Amino acid sequence: MMPLLSITDLRVGFGRNPEANEVVRGVGFDLAEGETLAIVGESGSGKSVTALSINRLVDYGGGRITGGSIKLRRADNSVFDLLTATEPQLTKIRGAEIGMIFQEPMTSLNPVLTIGTQIEESFRLHRGLTGRQATAAAKDALDRVRIPDAARRLEYTPNQLSGGMLQRVMIAMALACNPRLLIADEPTTALDVTVQAQIMALLAELKRETGMSMIFITHDIGLVAGIADKIMVMQGGEAVEQGELNQILDHPQHPYTQHLLHAVPHFASGRATRSDGRREQDKGTEPALKVDGLVVRFPVKSGFFGRASGAVHAVDGVDFDLMPGETLAIVGESGSGKSTTARAILGLVRSTRGTFSAGARKAAAEQSALPVQMVFQNPYASLNPRLSIASILAEPVIATGGRVNAQTRTKMAALLKRVGLPESSLERYPHEFSGGQRQRLCIARALMLNPSVVVLDEAVSALDVSVQARVLELLVELQREFGLAYLFISHDMAVVERIAHRIAVIYAGQIVEIGDATSVLSEPKHSYTKKLIAAVPTIDRRREHFELDTRQVPSLVRPLGFEPEPARWDEFGPDHRARVEA
Amino acid sequence: MRILRAIFAHTSGRIGGAIVALYLLLAILGMLGLTPHNPLMQYRVDRLHAPDSAYWMGTDLFGRDVASRLMTGIGQSFTVAFFSVAFATLAGTVLGLAAAWFGRRWDGLLMRVMDVLLAFPAILLALLIVTVAGPGTWTSIVAIAIVYTPIFTRVVRGPALSLKAREFVDAARTFGSSSSYILTRHLLLNLVAPLTVQVTLALAWALLTEAGLSFLGLGTQPPAASLGLMLSDSRNLMETAPWLMIFPGLAIMVSILGFNLLGDALRDILDPKMRRSIA
Amino acid sequence: MNYLMRRLATFPLVLIGVSVLVFVAIRMVPGDSITAMLGTEAGLLTPAQRDALAAYFGIDQPWFIQYWRWVLGLLHGNLGISVTYGKPVLDVILERFPLTLELALLAMIIALAVGMPAGVFAATHNEKLSDLGVRVVAMIGQSTPNFVLALLIIYTLSAGFGVLPTMGAFSPLWQDPLRNLSQLLLPAVTLGFAFAASVTRISRSAMLDVLSDDYVRTARSKGASNRTVIWRHALPNALIPVVTLSGIEFGYLLGGAVIVEQIYALPGLGRMILDAILQRDYALVQGSVLFIAFNFMIVNLLVDLAYVALDPRIRLGER
Repeated sequence: MMPLLSITDLRVGFGRNPEANEVVRGVGFDLAEGETLAIVGESGSGKSVTALSINRLVDYGGGRITGGSIKLRRADNSVFDLLTATEPQLTKIRGAEIGMIFQEPMTSLNPVLTIGTQIEESFRLHRGLTGRQATAAAKDALDRVRIPDAARRLEYTPNQLSGGMLQRVMIAMALACNPRLLIADEPTTALDVTVQAQIMALLAELKRETGMSMIFITHDIGLVAGIADKIMVMQGGEAVEQGELNQILDHPQHPYTQHLLHAVPHFASGRATRSDGRREQDKGTEPALKVDGLVVRFPVKSGFFGRASGAVHAVDGVDFDLMPGETLAIVGESGSGKSTTARAILGLVRSTRGTFSAGARKAAAEQSALPVQMVFQNPYASLNPRLSIASILAEPVIATGGRVNAQTRTKMAALLKRVGLPESSLERYPHEFSGGQRQRLCIARALMLNPSVVVLDEAVSALDVSVQARVLELLVELQREFGLAYLFISHDMAVVERIAHRIAVIYAGQIVEIGDATSVLSEPKHSYTKKLIAAVPTIDRRREHFELDTRQVPSLVRPLGFEPEPARWDEFGPDHRARVEA
Repeated sequence: MRILRAIFAHTSGRIGGAIVALYLLLAILGMLGLTPHNPLMQYRVDRLHAPDSAYWMGTDLFGRDVASRLMTGIGQSFTVAFFSVAFATLAGTVLGLAAAWFGRRWDGLLMRVMDVLLAFPAILLALLIVTVAGPGTWTSIVAIAIVYTPIFTRVVRGPALSLKAREFVDAARTFGSSSSYILTRHLLLNLVAPLTVQVTLALAWALLTEAGLSFLGLGTQPPAASLGLMLSDSRNLMETAPWLMIFPGLAIMVSILGFNLLGDALRDILDPKMRRSIA
Repeated sequence: MNYLMRRLATFPLVLIGVSVLVFVAIRMVPGDSITAMLGTEAGLLTPAQRDALAAYFGIDQPWFIQYWRWVLGLLHGNLGISVTYGKPVLDVILERFPLTLELALLAMIIALAVGMPAGVFAATHNEKLSDLGVRVVAMIGQSTPNFVLALLIIYTLSAGFGVLPTMGAFSPLWQDPLRNLSQLLLPAVTLGFAFAASVTRISRSAMLDVLSDDYVRTARSKGASNRTVIWRHALPNALIPVVTLSGIEFGYLLGGAVIVEQIYALPGLGRMILDAILQRDYALVQGSVLFIAFNFMIVNLLVDLAYVALDPRIRLGER
């Protein structure tokens, strides 16, 4: 019998002349009933376009299928040709036989309609349900994706729910009419790691319950271990390798698959931490940066006259020190206060309380008055598009009252060379560089003032995995060469494991655990740290089962005058402590 | 140069650019007095003469050559439009940047003042100002400039606010760049594109408002020629001498069309993301 | 309802600003209103008669006292006496307002009825010949000043068909609906033309933006037909800019279409203000400008209410 879905030699092009502008070039695979195929690749590999071609949504994105065939076996065993189907035929297939979920749950739901209306629409379109019947069906659909209090949530509009909840709603909607194929296009990329684990667990469970087939698209090969039966690796519009899960993960044949598996950081529970430049106890060196009792609060105004009625406790008593040549990673999920901590240290947000001292090495003559510099997350927004690279690199010098002379220019050229860019870049403009190159430029700019501390705020998060690996390498080299101390803010445990000497885990504005990287990652003590580490996907955790957990992050809004209780700590060894839990 | 080439490659840019260039030429010729006839000379024997080879667009009630008056009128309208938009751009940029930069109280106060000005229909506000200051070329310029200042203030303030929150401004703050450096190189330099678009579109509005004011007899004063005035004068002679209405009417329309087309093209070229905010 | 409360709070501020601005501006005008009112006959007045008249209209006091009196009167619903009409200002305004309101409504109905479908049509036929046609017409429409269009219409009618637009005494809607509509139809078309063009352009670009949004793709992935996607998912999201534009244009039309009223000889608010300005009828100018600003703010409030109805994010004060 024919498999559920059979694709041969698929070709998809874009623009006026799609034949000449193909982004998918001859991709083919078969998908059996109940089977899950993971399509893995970096941005521009054509993985999403392949997925969107299956239900022909690619037509609406400006793409055209220029060749090949896509055949679907329907429930009655008739074979349906998706390429020659008319639009009315396709609308009967979409949602009914092929469901789809997308990367950004926040933007993928219609902001002006309630989620109930949006789920009911599926039932209306394919089951002809209306009124109370449709509402009841929608409630069942929400129950199925384990949304608590489903009846009430139907009345909500998307802005009232968190990203994780919205992705559940998306799943409920896609599965409303029990499609036999679910296409999931990077469904967890925009979510926090613990939420990602929840969604993955949910998908795995629903797959077991319904026996549907699934195509799971991701850039993160570590993520697929828990869910896929087969893997297809894509690069530059071609499927470079495909096969059974274990075969691909354990015996990759194609060099690109090997590269994805080996050059890219995979979380190893503390076994892959750095061995160089570890902190030595009590040698009497002064820290490069010392933060003491940092508190950042934003007033919450309410009422007619906008009086402050409370405060968002974004950062609530954070202390740490950072030695020269050391990397301290601050790890946490969105809204935990990790970025606010960084911004407060650089004076970008006003801290309510707390002291910093940065200047252990200020004695050295070449050290600038601004020993802390920063590299931002978004390489596309952190360089002024209208300035040449020369002007961009010169700005810190001008800002500190320096002159742009021959010496400065020599320095700019040398730094460019050091971060791996040609000297000719000076005359060029930011848009001529790729994301990774721009992040290198940002690093070069941060080094123009010879800082002793560099704050890296999610500095590699926006980069493709292989680019990420190379930028991390560069950062480690620069650290050794200039004795830099890094404050590395990240949500990504695998990346943190590669670069950090020490790790601070931050949750709801407070550090809950801090210490030596190996120790924290291999023997987490605080429950949140444990949860965070358990949620990290790795290729070693094949078909691992996650517990569903619908707890929400506590509100950070507190009444005026609220002070948290002073922290009490449990010590676990020379450099590892965790907050005592209530 | 790159911009010119891009305009030329853009269909409506090409048409709009050609129209604007033609008008500029006519305006300059008109202002230099290089017209087919003297625009003020009354050829008494040829009153209400229909268009022919001697008078391309005919003559008016006083026997003055319509084509020549049209050319000087265009010169007049363009002068008013250019100066008023220049003043409005200058004032709007300064106010908008100030509102965005100082924020809070200043922002609130400035934007409320702009709300007051925006609570009037443009032509009514211009009318009030002209009445206070007395009609004339310079009052028209000042009046139109005041009318469009709030719009430029808004056009600058919005993007300036979002630029101010961009990471390259954060970066500049971390190494202590001065306010003037951030304002000029990070904000203003990135505002050049949206401002160019807005200036082009505002020129179309300014031409419209100027024509409206002169139509009501509150802009350029006779015997000087202006398109609005010519159109207003044509009303009673519409049936006997339709050319008196048709040529100035078309001249106003096409000039506005030219700037609108050029503005649209510039928006596509310079600032594709702006399409939603102004249409 | 925080959002609406915040908007309401700025109301009095803007009104005070408008009134002071107008009050001061009017008093900077050279010449006095008694001369303007009586023309050459003013020369015949004795100084004592003049002073008596000035005292009657209250224009013998310094400007801040006049302003204070005016504000006090305002609080009692008294906008003062028009020197040209010899009647309370509010009465004069309210006589003219129904025509202006009707004209503005008609123009907006025309604009929305033509502009929205045209814009949606163009957006859904993006880059096709029909889209190009709509865009060209809209572009020309937006570039045609209403007074040029008015003259063209009158000329075409009289030269081509030998008919003239219905002029003469204006008959209100409730007295003679047919005659009223025949009087207002052409002015409404004149005003609605450029308005419709703007609505077309903005609904086209808003639709284009929205059609590339993620949730539209989601709707298609559920199997929604093209029609459902356009009318149910895309249009409600594309309405906000259309509402904004329509509100502003409508608000301006409520201020009177000065030039179009002139051309079609209609006794609307616009012409009344023009006359009042030229006649230096202080009380009438002040009163009507304040009235217009007030109307404009009412329209703004309606627009805000529409936002709130359209977008739950605004309802919750997130935008």
